[in-house]
Amino acid sequence: MAAAATCGTSAGNKGCTAAAAAAAGGKNNVTSFQRKGPRASVPDSGCARLVSIAGTRPSVRNGQLLVSTGLPALDQLLGGGLAVGTVLLIEEDKYNIYSSLLFKYFLAEGVINGHTLLVASAKEDPADILQELPAPLLDDNCKKDFDEDVGNHKTPESNIKMKIAWRYQLLPKMEPGPVSSSRFGHYYDLSKRMPQELIETSKWHGFFFPEKLSPTLNIEPCSLTHGYIKLLQFIQNVIYEEGFDGSNPQVKKQKNILRIGIQNLGSPLWGDDICCTENCDNSHSLTKFLYVLRGLLRTSLSACIITMPTHLIQNKAIIARVTNLSDTVVGLESFIGSERETNPLYKDYHGLIHIRQIPRLNNLIYDVSDVKDLAFKLKRKLFTIERLHLPPDLSDTVSRSSKQIPAASSRLLGQECGVMAGGRKHLDF
Amino acid sequence: MFPELNNLLNTTPDRAEQGKLTLLCDAKTDGSFLVHHFLSFYLKANCKVCFVALIQSFSHYNIVGQKLGVSLTAARECGQLVFLEGLKSSVDVFFRAQAEPHPLQFLREADAGNLQPLYEFVREALKPADDGQAAWRCPVLLVDDLSVLLSLGMGAVAVLDFIHYCRAAVCWEQKGNIVALVHDSGDAEDEENDILLNGLSHQSHLILRAEGLATGFCRDVHGQLKILWRTPSQPAAHRDRSLTYQYKIQDKSVSFFAKGMSPAIL
Repeated sequence: MAAAATCGTSAGNKGCTAAAAAAAGGKNNVTSFQRKGPRASVPDSGCARLVSIAGTRPSVRNGQLLVSTGLPALDQLLGGGLAVGTVLLIEEDKYNIYSSLLFKYFLAEGVINGHTLLVASAKEDPADILQELPAPLLDDNCKKDFDEDVGNHKTPESNIKMKIAWRYQLLPKMEPGPVSSSRFGHYYDLSKRMPQELIETSKWHGFFFPEKLSPTLNIEPCSLTHGYIKLLQFIQNVIYEEGFDGSNPQVKKQKNILRIGIQNLGSPLWGDDICCTENCDNSHSLTKFLYVLRGLLRTSLSACIITMPTHLIQNKAIIARVTNLSDTVVGLESFIGSERETNPLYKDYHGLIHIRQIPRLNNLIYDVSDVKDLAFKLKRKLFTIERLHLPPDLSDTVSRSSKQIPAASSRLLGQECGVMAGGRKHLDF
Repeated sequence: MFPELNNLLNTTPDRAEQGKLTLLCDAKTDGSFLVHHFLSFYLKANCKVCFVALIQSFSHYNIVGQKLGVSLTAARECGQLVFLEGLKSSVDVFFRAQAEPHPLQFLREADAGNLQPLYEFVREALKPADDGQAAWRCPVLLVDDLSVLLSLGMGAVAVLDFIHYCRAAVCWEQKGNIVALVHDSGDAEDEENDILLNGLSHQSHLILRAEGLATGFCRDVHGQLKILWRTPSQPAAHRDRSLTYQYKIQDKSVSFFAKGMSPAIL
């Protein structure tokens, strides 16, 4: 800073800008803004250049390596993407419709980017899951399809400059359209399947729990359930064998990301009973699993998505512990089957999305969006996440049903203020 | 360390108190900035620090520490910092049977045992040097965080026993300090966590409680910090002193202000 000031007073503009640039550049090399490698401390990561892996980008805040979750709207809310080495926990919606979609988007993004996949499920065969991945929207025909998709929406107004409510023009729009040359984050068409050749060229490992059940259990007794132990050993094996953590001397250093997807973790199909009873025998099984999994992820080039039916877990304390043990937690709440489905307030949306936790990695602060009440809508080619807009209550007669709606909406807004749920008492309007 | 927090606590690295147990507590928000503060504070105060970091990796604390002015790698190399990285060690313990008892041995065991191997590790790390001369000022044990031990199968009583043993060894015997972080689960009805939190609250000399605002998320005020000075040995003859401040976390520091006096509002 001082060098720039003295440069300003002296003559010679060219020299002073070069010096200022050099000073700024030198400062950048010394501070930790530019991470010189992925955060996962691979032992020989003494490489002085940024490791450029397909489908990743460094975060603008702390240089952390990020991968896309497969849903650009969600990437934007999570501060650019999912950090490599962390766990994204999706709290499933009631009928597991939209959470399985997010799961598929994550895996499809891995196929497109050429990442290695590890799919673990106790319900479906991973080969079947991969067959059902949605097809990516390619750049040439996506713009046309996107326009026709939102053709029935009243979008042309967005190009008109606002004359009266001009302050609203400054508000950021929540949903970006498909960018023509985006190598980070793609859009997927749910009506089509991923082309077979893309799936075949991708490298994937499947863990289907019913196949891995062995009749003789000759493992050391530990408080994890059998399924979790097997899954952890499988993941650790893949990481070690393929060199994602750099500890295997026989495999050369891997320059790819391992995307791990675990479906319905905690459900009774995995042999865990936290969804069945309130006082279960091995209530620490799931939390220990998450802890060791996170330990595996932190030391390797991998990112993990887990969907968990938290609405079935009887013991609220376990949900709090699971949230503390995960890095990013996103909750989905769909309107299907609830009384909100017929509520005219929510007719444009399919459900709510709650960003419950975003990690602070390598930093004291984190990117948190100001908008706390978010709703999602699934169109054929686009899964959009938008700010929840409540229309004004313009009823002439104050009928009983309409009186309940503002109360419910204020309660909703009170809950969306992500920090204190008890805050609704303080909202007295 | 955050200079404003030092002013509020009325301490500086030169005259840090000894023999104290400080409890850090967070409710509905993330209180890890307090851990970073105390870590850099005690490293600057030239104390020997044993950091049991169960929730994040070493590089995370290192990078934040660099922003606060301490280098953890340098401290570790010269012996001032003994760092137990929970996440990395858990992988070693879980997948490979260890020859000698590992501090995180309980990960392999079926029943909830006790934390004796961890206590032995801490005691070994903080014992004074053999040659008698004090290279460092006083030993400090820093734990981030204790609620994770409950998630890993330990009972609340086992964790309280561990802290009790550590207090006897570190605070009383060696006149050192202990700083521990516990999450407050609030309305999540986590009984074990409540037992742990209440038990530690009664033993501690200083309680720093970071809470989210009661009215919800605010961009300019990230939360509220309640500071409570206690004297656990004496019954409540004189009143414990308590202060409440609101804070905003920035990139390299945290600014504190009185309630309602946030610069964004004034």
